[in-house]
Amino acid sequence: MADQSTHIKVKAAEDGAGYWAANVRIITISLIIWALVSFGFGILLRPLLAGIAVGGTDLGFWFAQQGSILVFLALIFFYAWRMNKLDREYGVEED
Amino acid sequence: MDQFTLNLLFVGASFALYIGIAVWARAGSTSEFYAAGRGVHPVTNGMATAADWMSAASFISMAGLIAFTGYDNSSFLMGWTGGYVLLALLLAPYLRKFGKFTVSEFIGDRFYSPTARLVAVICLIVASTTYVIGQMTGVGVAFGRFLEISNTAGLLIGACVVFAYAVFGGMKGVTYTQVAQYVVLIMAYTIPAVFISLQLTGMPIPALGLFSETTATGGEGSVYLLSKLDQIVTDLGFASYTEAHKDNLNMVLFTLSLMIGTAGLPHVIMRFFTVPKVSDARWSAGWALVFIALLYLTAPAVGAMARLNITELMWPGGTSGEAVSVETIETAPEYDWMLTWQKTGLLDWEDKNGDGKIQYYNDKSDAMTAKAAENGWEGNELTNFNRDILVLANPEIANLPGWVIGLVAAGGLAAALSTAAGLLLAISSAVSHDLLKGQLTPNMSEKAELMSARIAMAVAIGVATILGLNPPGFAAQTVALAFGLAAASIFPALMMGIFSKRVNNIGAVSGMLAGLIFTLVYIFLHKGWLFIAGTNSFPDTVDGSLFGIQSTAIGAVGALINFGVAYTVSVLTTDTPQEIKDLVESVRVPAGAGAAVDH
Repeated sequence: MADQSTHIKVKAAEDGAGYWAANVRIITISLIIWALVSFGFGILLRPLLAGIAVGGTDLGFWFAQQGSILVFLALIFFYAWRMNKLDREYGVEED
Repeated sequence: MDQFTLNLLFVGASFALYIGIAVWARAGSTSEFYAAGRGVHPVTNGMATAADWMSAASFISMAGLIAFTGYDNSSFLMGWTGGYVLLALLLAPYLRKFGKFTVSEFIGDRFYSPTARLVAVICLIVASTTYVIGQMTGVGVAFGRFLEISNTAGLLIGACVVFAYAVFGGMKGVTYTQVAQYVVLIMAYTIPAVFISLQLTGMPIPALGLFSETTATGGEGSVYLLSKLDQIVTDLGFASYTEAHKDNLNMVLFTLSLMIGTAGLPHVIMRFFTVPKVSDARWSAGWALVFIALLYLTAPAVGAMARLNITELMWPGGTSGEAVSVETIETAPEYDWMLTWQKTGLLDWEDKNGDGKIQYYNDKSDAMTAKAAENGWEGNELTNFNRDILVLANPEIANLPGWVIGLVAAGGLAAALSTAAGLLLAISSAVSHDLLKGQLTPNMSEKAELMSARIAMAVAIGVATILGLNPPGFAAQTVALAFGLAAASIFPALMMGIFSKRVNNIGAVSGMLAGLIFTLVYIFLHKGWLFIAGTNSFPDTVDGSLFGIQSTAIGAVGALINFGVAYTVSVLTTDTPQEIKDLVESVRVPAGAGAAVDH
């Protein structure tokens, strides 16, 4: 009996760690995209995108004024959807 | 019906609506006063967050700043939306799971230290008060225009209205009132933009109109709106609209400060305490950004189109033709807006060379010196154009019907009032709930707590009004300073509280203090101590500033200092106790999030 309860505890701890590690991985990927579209395409990498014309200016200008906002929206909804799925996979969702 | 009556009608009707809702849902217990009983749907909460969030800075000021600098001020657009990604991914679900009412309660419990809670309260009060100063600047502009009085008188009247409004509300009133305010302000922002976009490009969606070909004027075939704008502003010696003129370091740090600050401002974070579930907190941030994006995708179009319209009004015959004459400004109906705005003291012109015309150009540009000498110009004659008037004047500039102008007046006031109310609530709860009840007089009655919350509101608005009479910048710039302060103090403490089990009480306190003091001192060195003009040691320009970083961008550096100090001090001192590690574990998983813990 003692063995089994220890086993369950260890399993729960491993699951908890797995859930958190998966969460941190999703966050990291999302934040890389977040930084790439705003600080990257919108500011630092703008010269690289200068050749792609968009309505009287270049793609970097579009990312700085509109594109990054659209990507931010997509990221938040993706994260909410993915995490609610992850909650169920690990059985840690709310009642 | 004249324009003044029409404005009064729109503003009066919208106010009656908000006050009606506030009275209908008047706050009862303290629990309802702070967090609206936690029964708010994510979409409703998102809409109210959007109204709360989009202040005078977003509505009144931002497009004007973009209009006069173009690409360089894209930082506002990316910064004030990108922060929601940080909020949704790094803070909102965990703070909701933690299940207390205020940000400083989380910091106090997680860092098991009343001192940490106290420091957090101080950081919140400093950042929120700076923010309210920016709001009051916007309130002054809006009331000044719509009552056709001076900016100062408008500010004083506005302060009384904001106070009366916030003191009777509480958050429940504020949540449903703010849904109504969102509807008013988004209509007020987009309807004139749609009209103007149709006039200039034939495209009904302003966000797409910005990148479309322009149909108005010219006749030289198809020209993109932005190409045309670039050409006419450079003709007058101004910096081009679409190119970068700011160094990358300042632009990146400024954008980052606004993003981190968004995720560190108490009045926005508090919103996520009011949703029923952790999963709802994740969706809520997304819905908030949907409603915010409707305005933010329109704002760059509003800015560019207004700049084009203004330039063409000043140069009716094109930039190589004749400037507009003083007589035309004083008599032609399409220039009426200049006369009404002149009364506020925020717009002015002067025929310096006495030729009967008003030449608007960049007299600081070397390229223009020769042209000015040749034509007998003696400096830019559009002597004052306050950036904060642009959005409110926009429908008049574009000669839109009177009801649109009335609607915009109502929207501008809604934006300024809703955020000022939300901030005052955050300040009052910090003082009464965290400072007095949490620290000084724990046995205080509920009634005394509500009373002290209201006194705190009155003091905060008094301070903000006095400083707002002589603001440290345009509304959005002052607000940007508030974001820098929140970025440097609150956000790092919250994030480390969730993502690190190692950061302890001493670490968190030293980190917050280091971040706050560094940022505040840096801002005061460049903007004047307590924002009093003339007491600054360095000019607030890139070249003159202490580290080559402008004061609006320094918050990101403050945040890095906060992270660094907190982590280093924590590693050098004792480890966090086991129950804190357990607390962090429990905050990280959604399961078991009950209703809020009451006290």
